[in-house]
Amino acid sequence: MDRFDAMMTAPLGRRQMLAGTAAMLAVPAGAQGLVDLRLPGGPSQRPLAGGFPGKGEMIVQRIHPPLLETPMEVFDSDVFTPNDRFFVRWHWSDFPTSVDAGAFRLAVRGRVRRPLSIGLAQLLRMPRVELAAVNQCSGNSRGLFEPRVPGAQWGHGAMGNARWTGVRLRDVLDQAGVLSDAVAVRFAGLDGATVEGAPRFEKALAIDHARDGEVMIAFAMNGEQLPLLNGFPIRLVVPGWYSTYWIKMLSDIEVLSAPDDRYWMAKAYRIPTTPGADIVPGTKDFPTVPIGRMVPRSFVTSLREGQAVPLRPTMPVGGIALGGDRSVARVELSADGGRSWQPTRLGPDHGRYSFRRWDAELPLAGPGPLTLMARCTNDAGEGQPMKAIWNPSGFMRGNVEAVSVEVRADA
Amino acid sequence: MRDRTWLAAGLCALVAATALSAVSRAAPRFTVKSTSVELPYDETAYPEGPGAEVMNANCASCHSASMVLLQPKLSREQWTGIVRKMRDVYRAPVADEDVPAIIDYLAKLSPR
Ligand code: HEC
Repeated sequence: MDRFDAMMTAPLGRRQMLAGTAAMLAVPAGAQGLVDLRLPGGPSQRPLAGGFPGKGEMIVQRIHPPLLETPMEVFDSDVFTPNDRFFVRWHWSDFPTSVDAGAFRLAVRGRVRRPLSIGLAQLLRMPRVELAAVNQCSGNSRGLFEPRVPGAQWGHGAMGNARWTGVRLRDVLDQAGVLSDAVAVRFAGLDGATVEGAPRFEKALAIDHARDGEVMIAFAMNGEQLPLLNGFPIRLVVPGWYSTYWIKMLSDIEVLSAPDDRYWMAKAYRIPTTPGADIVPGTKDFPTVPIGRMVPRSFVTSLREGQAVPLRPTMPVGGIALGGDRSVARVELSADGGRSWQPTRLGPDHGRYSFRRWDAELPLAGPGPLTLMARCTNDAGEGQPMKAIWNPSGFMRGNVEAVSVEVRADA
Repeated sequence: MRDRTWLAAGLCALVAATALSAVSRAAPRFTVKSTSVELPYDETAYPEGPGAEVMNANCASCHSASMVLLQPKLSREQWTGIVRKMRDVYRAPVADEDVPAIIDYLAKLSPR
């Protein structure tokens, strides 16, 4: 039975539950509700649904192949995102739905002395490393770009933080023996292109980056094997860099003697060379480079947009921050549109690449609307701009985000 | 019934699949078990209207219709560029004569 047949014969309950969710024409039978991502100009509503393997309730952006977003409140419960709420993003639908752990092999080839075919048992015998790191889609928050741009219309939930366990990519490359003319390493997974001649998803890193000792081949996420939809059995972890490089179901490592010139590096996932990847909407023919490191971001997670909060002397406000590719140095909070900022308390430090919790007590003056803004600065002194950047792919959003609540004497 | 039979067979296969268990002296025990899942099927068609048939025939095989229906309001020029990309880059098998109807349909989409 091929994959299409398998989908056709999926249990009826699940099929009914998910049929029709994506088009937003009706509330799907069995969906657990709708979420409004507040995307300017819409369409803004998305179904919340379970029914995807290894996943709890997720914001459904697309069923086939799945694009599943993490609801913001998940980030309020823990700086580590549970595996069953971790966002999901596939480009092509042609990825295996069964993976035999005993038969799986990772190939290491190209400009190496000894091409390798490594089984999971061998990987599990190698020296292990563990690292907390944020995995964030290049296009996270794309739906908030103005003017709007095509692509997956994410809110803020195409990100997650996990403890990754695996082996150093450098150790694997050293076993193969990288030749002296190597300049880049290209990675691909078990997912293929649906149509012949179309570009399968592959990404590359410069050789020095690949050998920096931090880039990891992970077989565990938060202490458990990876959910299939997050790249079982192994995926690349590129700390501090956008998840486009974190190849899922990693099965092919090719050491190259020239930069990767294939589609996903040479044409896609590229940003303007301008500071902050920011250009004037409508600009034509600007120079680009492949997207790379992440920028600092912070979010209020303890309050929802539009929420009514009771009038008290002070109100607790909390959330999460990431420093990009550096540690979070501080997070500040403003309730006056960014004129004044108060410090916040940082939660436990799980390392440079992890989410960091922040909390504050905000004095309340009286009832009425209140707009809250959080601002993260990393330990290189890089902060978040007030003004949103713009580029035609909707990549690298990192400006200060606002959440508005209503302080009510009777709430 | 056919569904249930298939599911049962799938479960047996899953249980029978060899669970690989490798323990190293240096590293703590970690087991990776073979995995088999079923993905939900998306039955959503493009909303009725002129061109819906051509959309269902050309723009629903690689990805759900939601990839199109959840886009913001885009200009005719932007939609033309997207259809060109689907054909030239992703090799969508779209016949030349279907292109005008597809673009007309897309240009009429407005965010819901
Ligand atoms: C051969 C496979 C294939 C077919 C057929 C196809 N697409 Fe796509 N489409 C893709 C891929 C691959 C992507 C990128 C997916 C991703 O980023 O998750 C995509 C993405 C998109 C996007 C998001 C914007 C972007 O540029 O990434 C839109 C809109 C879209 N397709 C519309 C269409 C329309 C309209 C048709 C019918 C003419 C169509 N597609 C047919 C493969 C296909």
